[in-house]
Amino acid sequence: MFAVARTFALIGVAAEPVHVEVDIGSGLPSFTIVGLPDVAIRESRERVRSALVNSGFTYPQHRITANLAPADLRKAGPGFDLAIAAALLVASGQLPQRVLDTYALAGELALDGAIRPVPGALAMAEGAREWGIRGVAVAPGDAAQAALVEGLEIVSIEHATRLRDLADGSIEPVPAAAPPDPPTDDLPNLEDLRGHPALRRCLEIAAAGAHSILLIGPPGGGKTLALNRLPSLLPPLSRDEVIEVTRIAGVCGENGAPRVRRPFRAPHHTVSGRALVGGGSPPRPGEVTRAHRGVLFLDELGEFRRDALEALRVPLEEGAVTITRTTGTVSLPCRFMLVAASNPCPCGNGPDSGECNCHPGAVSRYMAKLSGALADRIDITIGVDPPPPEQLSDERVEGSAAVRERVVHARRAQEGRLGPGRANADMTPGELRRHCALEAAPRRTLEAGQRKLGLSARGWDRCLRLARTIADLAGEERIGVEHVSEALEKRRRPER
Amino acid sequence: MSARPEACPDCLRRAWLIGELAGHIEKAADNRAGSRAHELLALADDRLAEAMAGPRAGVVLERAARRRPRRLRDEIAGVGAWACCRHDGLYPGALSALGDPPAVLFGRGDPELLTGLAAERMVTIVGSRRASAYGREIATKLGLELASAGLDVASGMAIGIDSCAHRGALDGRGLTVAVLGCGVDVPYPPRHTRLYEEIVGRGLVIAELPPGTTVRRWTFPARNRIMAALSRMTVVVEARERSGSLITAEMAHDLDREVGAVPGRVGSSPAAGTNALLRDGASVIRGAEDVLDSMIGVGFDPARARAPRGPALEPELTGVLALVEEGSMSADALARASGLGPGALAAALVQLELAGYVRSDAAGRYERTSLAAPEPA
Repeated sequence: MFAVARTFALIGVAAEPVHVEVDIGSGLPSFTIVGLPDVAIRESRERVRSALVNSGFTYPQHRITANLAPADLRKAGPGFDLAIAAALLVASGQLPQRVLDTYALAGELALDGAIRPVPGALAMAEGAREWGIRGVAVAPGDAAQAALVEGLEIVSIEHATRLRDLADGSIEPVPAAAPPDPPTDDLPNLEDLRGHPALRRCLEIAAAGAHSILLIGPPGGGKTLALNRLPSLLPPLSRDEVIEVTRIAGVCGENGAPRVRRPFRAPHHTVSGRALVGGGSPPRPGEVTRAHRGVLFLDELGEFRRDALEALRVPLEEGAVTITRTTGTVSLPCRFMLVAASNPCPCGNGPDSGECNCHPGAVSRYMAKLSGALADRIDITIGVDPPPPEQLSDERVEGSAAVRERVVHARRAQEGRLGPGRANADMTPGELRRHCALEAAPRRTLEAGQRKLGLSARGWDRCLRLARTIADLAGEERIGVEHVSEALEKRRRPER
Repeated sequence: MSARPEACPDCLRRAWLIGELAGHIEKAADNRAGSRAHELLALADDRLAEAMAGPRAGVVLERAARRRPRRLRDEIAGVGAWACCRHDGLYPGALSALGDPPAVLFGRGDPELLTGLAAERMVTIVGSRRASAYGREIATKLGLELASAGLDVASGMAIGIDSCAHRGALDGRGLTVAVLGCGVDVPYPPRHTRLYEEIVGRGLVIAELPPGTTVRRWTFPARNRIMAALSRMTVVVEARERSGSLITAEMAHDLDREVGAVPGRVGSSPAAGTNALLRDGASVIRGAEDVLDSMIGVGFDPARARAPRGPALEPELTGVLALVEEGSMSADALARASGLGPGALAAALVQLELAGYVRSDAAGRYERTSLAAPEPA
């Protein structure tokens, strides 16, 4: 009258193993769930009872106790329904024990017995492989993501009645699948960006080295249009990266097909610091983690809350967010590319435009916000003005595909130096010394920049990284004067 | 003989009376930027107290009469300042043209410099606080070249044009006079504290209000009348419509002083006020030589005489420099106009910036500096 099913609780972007123990004893009919469940799990009693009855099983009229172990781990969400139901059926003798020995189960039950997808199927599949379980039974909507994990039997089960088939072994496992190739031509294309030669160049450099970039200019100048076209320039994700990105998306409740595209996250400027970097109990990924291996786009940077921007500093530096709670520490990955756009002043016209009516103090506060929190983290800054209309129509411009080819080529050189998945933007100081040694002439240029343009020590390093990327784009192993000069032009200027 | 400015007891009491009534004057000036302050300051002590303090006039006047000159002088010396009343020999004669000259000028800086002050050798440069980069550049250049030519530069130390004029004059190793609308010991605006210290060290800071007085709306036009009276010529570099600097220009005009204005783009709002001045007959000021023409004589060009020249440039860079010279532009606009590839253009701009010919602002726009290019060989 006792059975144990296996399932998972999500902590950060990983799945922790959880045993669901169900005991059916004598006493007045009741159903109790213990083991730090949240409200959604407690309500699971009603779903499980209705689902079992509506699927032709018998709901035992006894005293039922379900325990979610380990008992001190806080558990949340409806994903435990299927495991509880299966353990209940085994404990009441309606299903053979074999089901629970072979599979971990994760799914939410509908009242009619249908099984719904739950967040984090891929993370759970990885957890199951580590745990040494032969297979995982999930809802059909979760199967595609879970099947990315190799060496595991993924079974798609759409209704509670199929639990019997699962016990017979008559359900064919979903074949392990390589991630599909991303469609290439449905992203916003760079050929829409006309009349901005310098801006196009900046986007190309940023994409080639995963450098952070800030666009400053009046509304209607093409800032947002340009940055929305950045994803089409980025190199495709590798297989390992697809798994990382899909795992994070899945944990955040994005079910369905694997994520083969680099994420592009654009939180609104009212976002809080916690929503940006993640947190809560149990810890949930924030926007920076959801942008892992992709792009975090902050439009109207000057309007963001100061504390939210401050909170970005450490994640940008470390490539990971560490959330510490009394129950333990969770580390969430966040290697993303920061792209931002801002007006030059609160009214948007720019203090030199002749149209600006902002108070001088307000303008300098606005600029201080741009340069304050993130000053040392932005590699490329460029002013963007609306081009004259005659430039818009007849200019011949390259499309995204041609630019992406150069970007991919430059990234290949970087991965050769730094390792897979790495780019120039995250070179460590040691790597910087090894791979960015300057000859006499370019060094003189950089020194002149430090002396006359007020380049800081951090600015020096940033300039070197950028020069490395510019040389990579040119296919050159040595960094020349022209590469350093161009990198210097992209630096952040001090506010007046 | 070392000059020691003095102030007589009555004049000191007058200054403190105005300081005490500052709040009342603010109300009486009806919040219309002190339009009536001019008339009020022309009133005698008793009339002023009566008009401002009403029933409390007696109390105020009595308190003024009881102020002991020694205590007041100690207070002035305590903040490192000096006072010079209109009965003193060192009081700038130019101010007597005013119907309501300040009873006392409080000052910081070397009082010896007072002896050399003469309207004939001084130019007042004023303009908008919300100035464009163009306006600030012109103001700095005017200050520098006029100071190098041996003229003194007066201004109000405000954000924008004023501070640039002071900065230029200091860079040109000339004498600059800052006229404040608050106590002479109050560096206002606070962000110019360093500029204030520098002017105290090498020039003069003067004010009409007693030490410790804070700014009020009416004190700005009151200070403007002193600036207008101090010099033969007032130059407005950039002013919007209804800008405070237009008040200075109007006062200068009323005092029969020259008024000049720097032309701006038609339709540009930072220059709407200056362009209107030009329409109304102000002299066109294109640079220091135009000021010197009316101040000293025709045809003097200080820039040609002493401006430094930058290093020689390759032809490609000269082409880009010519484009920047046409107006401040973003890298995008320059890339479109130059026909260079964006990479080559960026490199060229940095070379020009390192050579000192152009500068870029926080938003990445490029503009020409005042550094002269070498003569073509």
